[in-house]
Amino acid sequence: MRVALFVTCVNDTLSPRTGQAVVRLLERLGVEVEFPQAQSCCGQPQFNTGYRHETEPLVRRFDAAFADYEYVVTPSGSCAAMVRDNYPRIGAKAAAEGRGQALAEAAGRAVPKTYELTEFLVDVLGVTDVGAWFPYAVTYHPTCHGLRLLGLGERPRRLLERVKGLELRELPGAQECCGFGGTFAVKNAAVSAAMGADKAHAIESTGAGAVCAVDSSCLLHIGGTLARRGSSVRPVHIAEILAATEEEPYA
Amino acid sequence: MSGTSGTYLGMPAFPAAARDAVRNETLRGNLRHATHTIRDKRAKAVAELDDWARLRAAGRDVKERTLRHLDHYLVQLEESVTAAGGTVHWAADAGEANRIVTGLVKRTGRSEVVKVKSMATQEIGLNEALEAEGIRAYETDLAELIVQLGDDRPSHILVPAIHRNRGEIRDIFRAEMGSWGRAAPAGLSDDPAELAEAARVHLREKFLRAEVGISGANFMVAETGTLVVVESEGNGRMCLTLPETLISVVGIEKVVPTWRDLEVFLQTLPRSSTAERMNPYTSMWTGTTDSDGPRAFHLVLLDNGRTDTLADEVGRQALRCIRCSACLNVCPVYERAGGHAYGSVYPGPIGAILSPQLRGIASEVDASLPYASSLCGACYDVCPVAIDIPEVLVHLRERVVEGGEVTRNGERVTIKPAKGHRGERAVMRAARWALDHPGALRAGQRLASRTRRIHPKRLPGPGRAWSDTRALPEVPAESFRHWWQRTRGGAR
Repeated sequence: MRVALFVTCVNDTLSPRTGQAVVRLLERLGVEVEFPQAQSCCGQPQFNTGYRHETEPLVRRFDAAFADYEYVVTPSGSCAAMVRDNYPRIGAKAAAEGRGQALAEAAGRAVPKTYELTEFLVDVLGVTDVGAWFPYAVTYHPTCHGLRLLGLGERPRRLLERVKGLELRELPGAQECCGFGGTFAVKNAAVSAAMGADKAHAIESTGAGAVCAVDSSCLLHIGGTLARRGSSVRPVHIAEILAATEEEPYA
Repeated sequence: MSGTSGTYLGMPAFPAAARDAVRNETLRGNLRHATHTIRDKRAKAVAELDDWARLRAAGRDVKERTLRHLDHYLVQLEESVTAAGGTVHWAADAGEANRIVTGLVKRTGRSEVVKVKSMATQEIGLNEALEAEGIRAYETDLAELIVQLGDDRPSHILVPAIHRNRGEIRDIFRAEMGSWGRAAPAGLSDDPAELAEAARVHLREKFLRAEVGISGANFMVAETGTLVVVESEGNGRMCLTLPETLISVVGIEKVVPTWRDLEVFLQTLPRSSTAERMNPYTSMWTGTTDSDGPRAFHLVLLDNGRTDTLADEVGRQALRCIRCSACLNVCPVYERAGGHAYGSVYPGPIGAILSPQLRGIASEVDASLPYASSLCGACYDVCPVAIDIPEVLVHLRERVVEGGEVTRNGERVTIKPAKGHRGERAVMRAARWALDHPGALRAGQRLASRTRRIHPKRLPGPGRAWSDTRALPEVPAESFRHWWQRTRGGAR
């Protein structure tokens, strides 16, 4: 099977390890991974801040970059949700504004092929034991868009439960937002920081050495909050845990 | 003043008000305790029903159908109410509604009224309008009484004094009850039963003396002209039955076609709001009856921005709201910021989409409300009429930054973007250009990587909003893109 990796702009620029982990993981599972160089950003920061028109070229770019692929896999719940929930809205609004069906058609092509990583593993590949080894205590934070928009449900947890050596610790108030929220983090910095502090406190209370999630952007906020508090808990993307093996351990 | 209560004019934008609220430890403790308690209880009450998803869909569909044919159902309602002996008045905005109600009260010759808890009358600032004409309005809901005695503002739709704890309420009762009527008993403690008893005794003399009652309504049934008030304390039943004259001010979106439609909401509203299977008091009245209850009944149908909201294809879903407050109780932003930061009688997620539509986005606070959310989606999950609040928030953000066509007072007008977004717009355009030119993006990433040793730990200017509380991410030695090219160069 051949898939395109949509690495996302955040992982590309700030967390390349996450993208590298996805490549290593999928290749280990026998999947041929390609990285179309024309990809950039899904447009979520622009769209969610109110700049729908600035998002439109990125919808077209996404459609063109991944035109040749049946599966697009992305290590981000919120970028996958952006494509699935908002690309059709962008297309529909452009059509309603009398600018034709092209964007709606681009959205129509993008939506069915785009999968968040854990969805792809569990639903398409049909695996939960990916042969990973991660001998640490970990707590899992279900990020909002993965949880409520994509409905990832138990998929990430089922994958983590099969990781050898991993001890999963329950996160109190797990379903509460960490306070990142894209531009919300700076537009409403005080509330965002208060939410982040409560989340950091909950994470620390588990005694886990790492907090994992399906979104690097939320982990930047959570990790940045933990670091500023002097906490030793590490933020780790789920892809890095699933990619780690006894032969090639997490480093 | 149209469309807003004077109390809220001049409110600071949400982020500034929220920043102050976040620092208030007492407030945060009160809110955290109260919202988490009611949030957990609601989840249990909803989980008892195996057909909740279908009830929710039915509630959404009933409201959608009614809103689509609102003109028809409102006229039917007017005919039914009139046939049952009531009088219907139509108010286009807050000012007109206040004039109608004030005139009706004056005609009775009375100078005081008792009130059932009502969002519509708060929205139009009725108490202030009555006071300006020498009429005193007594709030009879316990929490509204606390707010009124404390010269305070409500901070929640269902529990308006949620920001107060027992000790604060005892102090307010001791200090203020005497100047409004019967004073608090000597030695009043902060025991909830004692506080409730003090309020009962204080309010009882008002109920027995009242000649005019003012209410809102949770629902109006078009087929029979019946109004419905759902409550917990029994104060509503007193106000609706004892006075000679009853005046109800109700938003036009509160109509439902039939009793069969009402049945859906009588299941979903109590579970969503107070986490009860059924609320203690459901009062229903149809016009007037010679032998019982008020001799005169007036229904004031309030528009005040609702028809304009109905004209917006995305935003109109806010009119489905049945004011249950489930979205407030589950909202992480409301929990930290409190209700006052929203600068409106409608706080929380529903307020953030309702106020900027009913009032427009001309004021600083209204333009900031669509951003008062991390878009976590918890509000949509719990909404018993399935209002996609995050979708409407993003839709209104576009109105704030881009302006565009909206309906105001029934006319299509083009509005300008709200002030203060020029810099952000420039950044968004530059970002779009860079992201649409991967060559430029690659160059930027390479530059960031090469300079990473000299990146500061904290940012100056606007960047402080991030780096004051969060460490900056370290820029890696190479981006994913560069790694891929270096290691797999040949492949695409």
